[in-house]
Amino acid sequence: MSAPGSHKRRKFAGGLLVLLFALPFIPGVPVYWFTLLDNMGIAALVVIGLVMLTGVGGMTSFGQATFCGFGAFTTAVLTTRYGVSPWLTLFCSIVVTLAAAAVVGLITVRLSGHFLPLGTLCWGLAIYFLFGRLEFLGRHDGVAAIPPLNFLGLALTDSRSIFYVIWSFVVLAALGAANLLDSRIGRAIRALRGASVAAEAFGVDTARIKLVVFLYAAVLAGVSGWLYAHMQRAVNPTPFGVNQSIEYLFMAVVGGAGSVWAGLLGAGLVTLLKETLQRVLPFLAGAQASFEPIVFGVALVLTLQKARGGLWPWFDSLLPAPDAPPRPPDVPAPAARPQPRRGDALLIVDKARKQFQGLVAVNDVSFTVKAGEITALIGPNGAGKSTTFNLITGVLQATSGQITFRGERIEKARTPAIARLGIARTFQHVRIQGDMSVLDNVALGAHSRGSAGVLRAVLRLDRDEERQLMAQAARQIERVGLGNTMRQPAASLSLGQSRILEIARALCLDPVLLLLDEPAAGLRHMEKEKLAQLLSQLRDEGMSVLLVEHDMRFVMGLADQITVLDFGVKIAEGAPMDIQRNPAVIEAYLGGEA
Amino acid sequence: MDTTILLFLLQDGLTNGAIYALLGLALVLVFAVTRVIFVPQGEFVAYGALTLATFDAGRAPGTAWLGLAFGLAATASELSSERRRVGLRRLLQSLASTTAVPLLAAAAAFIVAPMRPPSWISVLLTLAIIVPMGPNLYRIAFRPLADGSVLTLFIASIGVHFAMTGLGLVFFGAEGVRARPLSDLVFSVGPIPVTGQTLFVYAATILAMTALALFFGRALLGKALIATAMNRLGARLVGVRTEMSGRLAFALAALIGALSGVLIAPMTTIYYDTGFLIGLKGFIAAIIGALASYPVTALAALAVGIIESLASFFASNFKEAIVFTLIIPVLLWLSLAHGPADAEEGH
Amino acid sequence: MNAPLLEISDLHVAYGKVEAVTGVDIAVAEGAIITVIGANGAGKTTLLNAIMGVLPSRGGIRFAGEAIDQTPLESRVTGGMCLVPERRELFSGMAVEDNLLLGGFLRTRVERAQTQEEVFTRFPRLKERRRQLAGTLSGGERQMLAMGRALMARPKLLMLDEPSLGLAPRIVADVFEIVGALRDSGVSILLVEQNARAALRLADHAYVMELGCVVMQGKASEMIADKRIIETYLGGTHNADLA
Repeated sequence: MSAPGSHKRRKFAGGLLVLLFALPFIPGVPVYWFTLLDNMGIAALVVIGLVMLTGVGGMTSFGQATFCGFGAFTTAVLTTRYGVSPWLTLFCSIVVTLAAAAVVGLITVRLSGHFLPLGTLCWGLAIYFLFGRLEFLGRHDGVAAIPPLNFLGLALTDSRSIFYVIWSFVVLAALGAANLLDSRIGRAIRALRGASVAAEAFGVDTARIKLVVFLYAAVLAGVSGWLYAHMQRAVNPTPFGVNQSIEYLFMAVVGGAGSVWAGLLGAGLVTLLKETLQRVLPFLAGAQASFEPIVFGVALVLTLQKARGGLWPWFDSLLPAPDAPPRPPDVPAPAARPQPRRGDALLIVDKARKQFQGLVAVNDVSFTVKAGEITALIGPNGAGKSTTFNLITGVLQATSGQITFRGERIEKARTPAIARLGIARTFQHVRIQGDMSVLDNVALGAHSRGSAGVLRAVLRLDRDEERQLMAQAARQIERVGLGNTMRQPAASLSLGQSRILEIARALCLDPVLLLLDEPAAGLRHMEKEKLAQLLSQLRDEGMSVLLVEHDMRFVMGLADQITVLDFGVKIAEGAPMDIQRNPAVIEAYLGGEA
Repeated sequence: MDTTILLFLLQDGLTNGAIYALLGLALVLVFAVTRVIFVPQGEFVAYGALTLATFDAGRAPGTAWLGLAFGLAATASELSSERRRVGLRRLLQSLASTTAVPLLAAAAAFIVAPMRPPSWISVLLTLAIIVPMGPNLYRIAFRPLADGSVLTLFIASIGVHFAMTGLGLVFFGAEGVRARPLSDLVFSVGPIPVTGQTLFVYAATILAMTALALFFGRALLGKALIATAMNRLGARLVGVRTEMSGRLAFALAALIGALSGVLIAPMTTIYYDTGFLIGLKGFIAAIIGALASYPVTALAALAVGIIESLASFFASNFKEAIVFTLIIPVLLWLSLAHGPADAEEGH
Repeated sequence: MNAPLLEISDLHVAYGKVEAVTGVDIAVAEGAIITVIGANGAGKTTLLNAIMGVLPSRGGIRFAGEAIDQTPLESRVTGGMCLVPERRELFSGMAVEDNLLLGGFLRTRVERAQTQEEVFTRFPRLKERRRQLAGTLSGGERQMLAMGRALMARPKLLMLDEPSLGLAPRIVADVFEIVGALRDSGVSILLVEQNARAALRLADHAYVMELGCVVMQGKASEMIADKRIIETYLGGTHNADLA
């Protein structure tokens, strides 16, 4: 995704950049090219933000053009009516866009599922109509005679001169976005799509992260609007409507909404297509250029049908292959948590009860997890194991009873707070982000151990901390024996490896207690043996483990202490040998007298 | 403002609201069965209205050709997705289900149109032309994406909307038209005049809703449609083909859309792109019904109609902005009520 | 024995790169109960879903003498196969009666009415609750409804995925009794169960699956006494008496 590319790739990108910026000095390049490139740049700015928001963060926006409107109208009004210098209004445009986006975003990021894109469609429409009706924005006619940008006393009035300004912004935005994605916050953003539950479990405030991406995307759109206003020198509401927003989304889809570079590709191709259509269609179909939306609509549907991942993967395969990046350098980890003494009571579950309407899923269950031991909670399907697990991890709240962790009551605590106490978990249905590398997935576990925010990430001031986190992640990956898969996308792992990845991610939190939710489910025999080996190795290193498991054989050779549940009730407790002989347990597992 | 104006506004709002209710129901239906958020619903309204108006002008509408094109494209799409070799028999079978009705309708349109037929024949022909577009559209655009996320389908839906609006412009041009009213009846109830056309609107709405209620409540096919919506795998396990359900849902959506178009064509000037805004209002109602509840959708549609009517009197400039802003708190409430459980899905 | 009603040969099912079922051969004789037992994650559910066509698979599936490995799910229903899935997949917002009617979606009106009477005789509980919403039923009733809905299609082969899952032992006994009665009325049954003892008591023939493969098979009456079965479930060696 945004992994630092190879040497060759960097040379290629650098060459492209030099060529781009040298273009105005090459004689004979038609002016039309610059108009085209300017339009591409204006669109690219918005699409880079949209890629972050939609492709990476999973929030589809049908209202991105609205924020261009805020940027454009702010500078239009300030420069024409109050004579403010255009460069000063850049700042004002950003502030106004940010303010608008904050209001809209606070609501939008709380919308779930498909309500979110619907919400963006609605405010996109509402604000568009507002633009067209407000007196001081010139209603449908908009604002004309906007002054051009000035650079060292030179008015940037033609497409060749403003070209530099636009593309400088594009390059800065692309680099900033790539930097952001390759950071602690970036990993949290990337985890929003597909692994947000896991992110929460490692201390990520997903609602806040969503808002951050939303604002970031809006600011890029606002800057794009500001540039547009000074390029066109006039603004009206039309280019800020929902149709334009959809066009931006189309660009992201065509590129393949997963990466910043794909966004640039999409913006370039679609702008080219659009301009070409506008020139060619009137010849083909008479004066009315009404075929444009038809071609666009059909192309959008076909892209989705034939290349749902966009065109970037194909382009990517033409570029020189990236080098394998080296293992992160080994630097000391951030300060470690004090670990408890072996044998201390670590987690005490006391008469925990969970009722769903009439059904008692967990019926006054009590057990204790001691430090440095592996404790197993077992039982047949529907015994209440998962519910008990969810009570401990704060996913569900107990109806009654107490749960105490290192002397602190946690039965009312929320998931991120429980993570901060040093309880790290894995998931029964593996929750990893398949597009992210194994290393990045594991590093997400260390989220709460870093502090770098967006600004530090964009400006690359987070490198020291980032090195620490990545080193920690790499160490844990090696600890669990996945060292040779570090740079692979997590989706390429087998189920067994994915589960071990989740354990490495949990270890990254520097946990006091490791909670494993059915770690052996669906694993093959060899994989189970490997997992058992790993767990006993961790115990020997002093880790405390609570595992919820269905597979009795897996647990027998491994656990120090076993609690057996059936129909929400504890039916047995003790050492594996005793459990194995317990008639009630045999009954529960082999089935009753039919 | 006096009572007369208020009553007039209410009546106006109710009439529009009835139309929105019909469209909202169609959207709920399509979403429930196929997970498609059917943005192009409004285009069927515009096509219906414009087709009827073209008949009124004594010409055969361009949509007749369009329907044929949709049919051929649907067959192309359907057969290209089949892995086994396609024989002549399969080709004819596919054409029969995609193109036969559009062909007959087009032929009838070209024969009948110059004879200036009575309104009811024009209406029937309009429906015969527009309705088959629904299932064919499903075959062309959505069937190949059936395994995609709600979002993928939504984006595709927007693409279809773009294309259909563009086609509308090509076939009908940019001028607005108005159709002949189905009846010239005008009488007054108290201080406000009531036209026969508004009565048609109310009657058709009530009739359509009753028919839908009967279809879903009594007919096995209707129940199969609900079953598909409720539990796709369960429906497949009893032998209900999801593809059949999808086509049926789209056919009903097209029927409701075209019918709405026919009903409003004599009341307001319709342009090729008018449908989108009308559809969106139905959409709002459907969203308030969480894309799931028919009664809530119907009530919400009436409310939207009335709010819009009042807003156009008190703050006509901000009518649309108000309507679209009102929906956001509803979305928020729905999100909180449904919880973030579906956040991991759909992508 | 007649030619088997269902014949599975060298069946493979994969999720992405991971094979969940690898080279399974299974036969279901007409009028017999065949059970597939095995631990969680052994691939039993995957196997049933592949046979039904819910999941794509590689390998041979012959049903009533015809190769059906390429036919879609719905056509397999038409052909006389029915699956009662692990999660039941009922239409929970619909009345019990409507669930049953839809079970007979492919049948004629007369057939539907007739079969519904038969189902109501077999499951009097469903008749009592015919107007109730399926979602409000208890676990046992839901299982009965799922079986009833499947019977409405008049299947030749009924496949049951963990019918005892989450049910109290007394209800499990009822369900298994009905399964036995169904066999006696001529329906062939493929039963996937974790409740090994109950399944083995009922079945004619049994397969044990582990990690996607069939590792043992034989007459159910012989397998119930097999020591290896105990190990499959409890692991280690111990001398709990099963018989």
